[in-house]
Amino acid sequence: MSERFHDIAVTVNGEEVRERVDARKTLVDFLREDIALTGSHVGCEHGVCGACSVRVDGVVVRGCLMLAVQCDGARVDTIEGVADTDEIADLQQAFIARNALQCGYCTPGMLLTAQELLARGGVPSREQIRTHLSGNYCRCTGYQAIVDAVEAVAQARAGAKR
Amino acid sequence: MKIADDSPPTVSALDRPNSYIGRSVPRPNLARLTHGRAQFVSDMTLPRMAHVAFVRSPHAHARIAAIATAAACKAPGVVAVVTGAELAKVITPWIGVLTHLKGIKSAPQHAIAVERACWQGEAVCAVVARTRAEAEDACGLVEVGYEELPTVTDAETALEPGTPVIHPELGDNLTFERVHVAGDPDKGFKDADAVVETTFVFGRHTGVTNEPRAILADWNPGDARLTVYHGTQAPHMMQNLFAKHLGLEEHQVRVVTKDVGGSFGIKVHTYADEMATVALSKLLKRPIKFVADRIESFVTDIHARDHRVKAKIGVKSDGTITAWEIDDLTGIGPYSVYPRTSGIEANQIVNLTGGPYICPNYRARARVVFQNKNVMCQYRAVGHPIATAVTEGLVELAAAKIGMDPLEIRRRNLIPDDAHPSSGPSGIKFEALSHHESLAHLDAMMNYAGLRAEQKRLRAQGIHRGIGFASFIEVTNPSAAFYGVGGAKISAQDGVTMRLDAQGAIICQSGVTEQGQGAEAVLAQVAASAFGVPIERVRVITGDTDNTPYGGGTWASRAAGIGGEAAWQAGKALHANVLACAASILQAKPADLDIRNGAVVDRDSGSERLPLHELARIAYFRPDTLPPGFQAELMATRHYVPRAWPFAFTNGVQASYLEVDTDSGIVKLLKHWCVEDCGTVINPQLVDEQIRGGVVQGIGGALFEHCIYDARGQLLNGNMADYLVPMAAEMPDIEVGHVMTPTADSELGAKGAGEAGTAGAPGAVMNAINDALRPLDAKPLTHMPFTPGRILQALGRIGESTRA
Repeated sequence: MSERFHDIAVTVNGEEVRERVDARKTLVDFLREDIALTGSHVGCEHGVCGACSVRVDGVVVRGCLMLAVQCDGARVDTIEGVADTDEIADLQQAFIARNALQCGYCTPGMLLTAQELLARGGVPSREQIRTHLSGNYCRCTGYQAIVDAVEAVAQARAGAKR
Repeated sequence: MKIADDSPPTVSALDRPNSYIGRSVPRPNLARLTHGRAQFVSDMTLPRMAHVAFVRSPHAHARIAAIATAAACKAPGVVAVVTGAELAKVITPWIGVLTHLKGIKSAPQHAIAVERACWQGEAVCAVVARTRAEAEDACGLVEVGYEELPTVTDAETALEPGTPVIHPELGDNLTFERVHVAGDPDKGFKDADAVVETTFVFGRHTGVTNEPRAILADWNPGDARLTVYHGTQAPHMMQNLFAKHLGLEEHQVRVVTKDVGGSFGIKVHTYADEMATVALSKLLKRPIKFVADRIESFVTDIHARDHRVKAKIGVKSDGTITAWEIDDLTGIGPYSVYPRTSGIEANQIVNLTGGPYICPNYRARARVVFQNKNVMCQYRAVGHPIATAVTEGLVELAAAKIGMDPLEIRRRNLIPDDAHPSSGPSGIKFEALSHHESLAHLDAMMNYAGLRAEQKRLRAQGIHRGIGFASFIEVTNPSAAFYGVGGAKISAQDGVTMRLDAQGAIICQSGVTEQGQGAEAVLAQVAASAFGVPIERVRVITGDTDNTPYGGGTWASRAAGIGGEAAWQAGKALHANVLACAASILQAKPADLDIRNGAVVDRDSGSERLPLHELARIAYFRPDTLPPGFQAELMATRHYVPRAWPFAFTNGVQASYLEVDTDSGIVKLLKHWCVEDCGTVINPQLVDEQIRGGVVQGIGGALFEHCIYDARGQLLNGNMADYLVPMAAEMPDIEVGHVMTPTADSELGAKGAGEAGTAGAPGAVMNAINDALRPLDAKPLTHMPFTPGRILQALGRIGESTRA
C-alpha cells in the first residue's frame, strides 16, 4: 500500500525547503499554501490558462499539472525569486511602461514564459512572440501591449549585445 | 511600437502648470504586480480560517428531498456541514427586482437552495473544513436525495402553455417584458424601397476572469463586526447587502477589496455562494474563505448575452433608413440576479438599437424568460454588443441590398455632429457626439480605399478578405437613473477625500475601485494636477468601506468620469485650504499664491515661497506659530454625481479586416481599428488599453465563446479546454484613434471608456465575415459565435444537419 504523505526536499528560490506533503497536492498549491509564495496563481487547475507557470529545473512548467512530490530534489523558481534578481528587470520595466498588465493576475506566468523565449536570444517576430505566449491567458490587455513589451525588450537586448 | 502621444490637449478649464491630464503616465501601483507581491483575496489567510466547498446540484431542476450529512460531518478536517434550511436561520433570501423596470418579477433566492435546486451547479449544501481539499473530500460523502423536476431550457417555448412554470406563484416564466414604439414604423417600412429581415442569435457566454471569485468573511463576535475581504467592484453595495441580509447595521460591516484579478462586471453581482460564505462565518464565528474553482465558475459566475433578436430594417434606394424593428427574446436563469436585476440587458437592447442614426421610426419588444440554466446578468458593455451588432448588421445588410458602400450608408444616416443635443429612437438623450468626425478619422486611419483595392486584388487569387464596420454609442457615467430610481442601494455619486500628510505628500481616498483598468492611476493624475504635486507624491486608497467616502465602486465605465471629477473638486478644495494656511504663514493673499511641483509659489513669477513639507510641519507640529483665530484644514472631501444627463453617452466606430479560409471555415483576424470619443482623455495609454482589452473580449463572443447547454440543462463545455477564450496567437493588433468631445456636466469633461471596445467588436467582425463571403453567395451569418462549422454551412459546404 502506498503512502499518502511524503517528505520532500525542494530548493525554492535558492532556499532548501523540507516539508511533508499529501501525494495529491499540486506544485502550485504547495508553493502557495505550504511556502506562502502566492505570486504564482491558480486560474484553472487544468493546464490551460498558464497563471500557475513556474520554473522547475530551469524549464517553465504548469504548476497545476505537476505534483509537489515530483519536485523532490528539484530546483523550483517562482516569480518572487526571479524578481529578486535582475534577470527580468528590463522586462518588468517594459511591462510597466507599456501597461502590459492590468489586473496583474496573468503577469507572473506571462513574465516567466516571455523570459524563456527571450533567453533563447535573437529577436523573435511578433507572430513568434504571440505563438510562444499562446499558453498564457490574459483577459484584460488583449495581448498587444504584452507583445509590444516583449518585442521591445528583445530588440534592446539584441542591441546591447552588439 | 510607440506609446501614445504624450502632449496634453488644450482644454482650458484644466490648464494647470505641470498638469497630468492627457498624459500617458505609467500606473504607480504596478511594480508589486510584476514581482508576484500583490495581494489578491485568493492569496489571503487569517488565523483559524476554514474553507468552504459546496455540494452542487447535478440536476437542472430537482426537489431536494433529503440531505444525509452524518458521514461528511465525521470526515477528516471537517468543521461543519450546513444545509440551506439551517443557513436560512442566519441569512434572509433576496429578490432581484427594481421598480423602474415595470412589471419585472422574480422569486426569492436563498444563499443555499432550500427546497429546490433550479440550475445545474446551484449549491445545495456547504461543507466547511480546515482545508479546501478536505472540504471537497467531504462533499463527496454528502448524500442528497433529489426528485428530478421537468426543466425549462428553451427560451422560445418558455412562455407556451405546455411548458412547466418554474415558479408557479409567479404565474408564468416571464421575468420582464418591454415594448417601445416611436415615430411611425409601419409607414417607415411602407416607404422603404427595400426591407431586410433576419434573425440574430448571440451565444450565451461568460466572463472567465483570470482570478476566480474570491471572498474571505470574518465575523468577530467579540466586536460584533463583520470584515469581508471580497474581490468585488462595489464594496459599499456589498456592505449594505451583507448588513441587510444578516440583520446587522452597515457600520458593523467592513468590505475590503484588495487586488482583484479581473472583473468585467462579473464581480459586481450578488452570488448565493458568497452570501453563504459570509453567513457561515457568522454562524461558525471564525473566518471562512471561498474561492470558486474554474469548473464551479463556469456554472455559477453570471452568464450573459443569451439573446435571439428578430430584426428588420427599411431603407430607400438613396440609402435613407426608414424604420427599425426588433423582437428580442432572452433566456436567463431561474432567478433575476440581485440587486441589479436580469432585466437590464434586454432593457438596454431596446434603449440602444438604432441609437447612432437619425431614423426615428422604431418598434421594439423585449422579453426576458426564466430557464433552468445558470443565472445571467450584466457583463462588460451590457446589451451594447447585441444592440450594436443588430443595428450595424442591419445597416450593412441594407447597404448590400441596395448596392451602397457601407461607409456611405452610414454617412447618410448617422446623426450629424452639429445636431446635438439630440435623442435616439428609444428616447435616450445625447449631449454631444461625433459620429461623422469619428467615421472620417477611421476612414483615414485604416486607409479604407487601399484595403478595398487589396481585397479586390486578392479575391482574384481566391483569397477572401472582408472589411466590416460598427458605429456605436456607449453608456458611461450613469446618474441615479440607472439603478437608484428603481430602489437599489447602488450609489451613483462618488467621493474623494484628499489630505496633506506631515511630509507634504497627498493621500487620496475614493469610493471608486480598481480591478486593473487603472482607476487608481487616473485618480492620482487628477489629484496631482488639481492640487499641484508631482505624481510620485500621491498615494491613492480605494476598496475599503472603512476608509473611503461612500461611493458606487467601478462599473458602467464611471471611475474616470465620476471618480475623477470628485478627485478634481477635492484637489481644488484642498488647494484652497492649503493656500489659506500658506497665506496666514507668509502674510500674503491666497490669490497671489499657487501650489506647483510640491511647493507654495508666487502665482505670477512661479518662485518658491514655502515647500509643502514645511507648511505641513508648521500646521501639524507648530500651530502655536499660526495667527490667532486661524485653524488649518489640510483635508478636504468632495463628491460628484452627474445631474444634467442621465448618462454620458460616448461614441465611436470600429473596423475589422479579416480573411476567411473557405476550405476550413477558419477566420484569421488581420487588423482591427477603433476610433473612440470619450471626452477628455486623462491617460491616453490607459484608454487605448481598455479599448484593446474590450475589443478582444468582444471578439471572444463573436468567434469562440459559447456556454453550450443540452435540453436537460446540463452545461456541456464548462472548462477551459472546451470553452474557448481568445489567446495571443489568434488576436490582431488593434489601432486606436481619438476624437474628443468633452461633457459639460463636469469640469474635467471626461466620459467613460472601459466598455466601448466590447460594444463594437462583435458587430464589426460579423460584418467583415459577411463582406468576405458575400460574392460567394453565402447566406449572411448572424448566429454567434461564428465557428468554422457555421461558416462552412453558410457557404453550403456542409449540411445544416451537421453539428456545428
